[in-house]
Amino acid sequence: MNPVHKKIPVLIHNGKPVCESLIIVQYIDEVWHDKNPLLPSDPYQRAQARFWADFVDKKVYDCGRRIWATKGEEKEAAKKEFIGIMKKLEGELGNKPYFGGEDFGYVDVALIPFYCWFHAYENFGNFKTETECPKLVEWAKRCMQRESVSKSLADPHKVYEFIVSLKKKLGNE
Amino acid sequence: MPTNDVKLLGAPASQYVNRVQFALNLKSIDYEFIPQNMREKSELLLKSNPVHKNIPVLLHGDKPICDSLVIVQYIDEFWFDGPSILPSDPYDRAIARFWAAYIDDKWIPFFKELTTAKDEESKTALVEKILEGLKLFEDVFVKASKGKCFFGGETIGFLDIVLGCYLGWLKAWGIQLDVNFLDESKTPALVGWAERFSSDKAIHGIIPETEELFRILQIILARAADAASK
Repeated sequence: MNPVHKKIPVLIHNGKPVCESLIIVQYIDEVWHDKNPLLPSDPYQRAQARFWADFVDKKVYDCGRRIWATKGEEKEAAKKEFIGIMKKLEGELGNKPYFGGEDFGYVDVALIPFYCWFHAYENFGNFKTETECPKLVEWAKRCMQRESVSKSLADPHKVYEFIVSLKKKLGNE
Repeated sequence: MPTNDVKLLGAPASQYVNRVQFALNLKSIDYEFIPQNMREKSELLLKSNPVHKNIPVLLHGDKPICDSLVIVQYIDEFWFDGPSILPSDPYDRAIARFWAAYIDDKWIPFFKELTTAKDEESKTALVEKILEGLKLFEDVFVKASKGKCFFGGETIGFLDIVLGCYLGWLKAWGIQLDVNFLDESKTPALVGWAERFSSDKAIHGIIPETEELFRILQIILARAADAASK
């Protein structure tokens, strides 16, 4: 179903595969367009949403990974970079309840899955996101109150343990 | 917002900037091109794109839109009464977006790696990967075009723009490496498509001449070699 990248997620709709998470999210938003739209209707707001979701996609995973996968100076640099990324996102959120404004939207969907990884990043990097970016953590907790989110995300402690065992396998302690 | 106040911050040799120019031309939108010096970034650029400090940036009225793929989709959605750039079917849109992401995240970076490739072995390996990518695009074209002229079908679409912007650089790199990247015997459909795309009135004249790109490539390679030796 994904011969090019051989990766997950893959959505299979009526036998046809759609790959790449943000592309899948846009597809879902377009096919089931009459329920809870994720992207705004205004073209400029849509452009902003796509820009920030892409920012999350390109920056968060890679930087977070470097926090747990590296040591010493590299780890410190990754931690600083991660906090910088979160601060930029917090700036973009501003005083809105969600990145999508009053409603949970596309950028919220792009970013919230990383929240269950924060506990692991914080443990390995020795920092607290809440101290650095309190509004962002407030936002995350608000998202976690939504059933669609809390039911989908992994337990942060399990994520931490998963990384511990992954590090062992990679000989990375 | 005045719909006729459109400015584009860019550089003529940037394939990402060219994408935006294609889209604006396809929709017959008048715009002011404000050339940027990327080695001495302007106040306007830094203010308009504080996150990435990069081109292209579209300024529509006072609103900045950044990132070439985001800008092209914005142009398609705002000026929705012009010819469509993205396909209308959600599945076809997902496929177009998938290949656009592949081109930007996997294929074009091979060329960036070539600028710093140290030995012949690594250069050859990268050329192989680029050629494999082109074979993939040949299949994608045959499926997407459904026998018509472009990835977008009868008219130029999203994937035509996303891949087509690199045709000039592909030729320049071909001269540099003495490789015929678009080979009629290997990717005949793409060869035909490249010709039709480049001569289309919305596209023609935007991508700089190959000689100019080749000249710029020499500067890029010299700078990369210089940086590597430090």
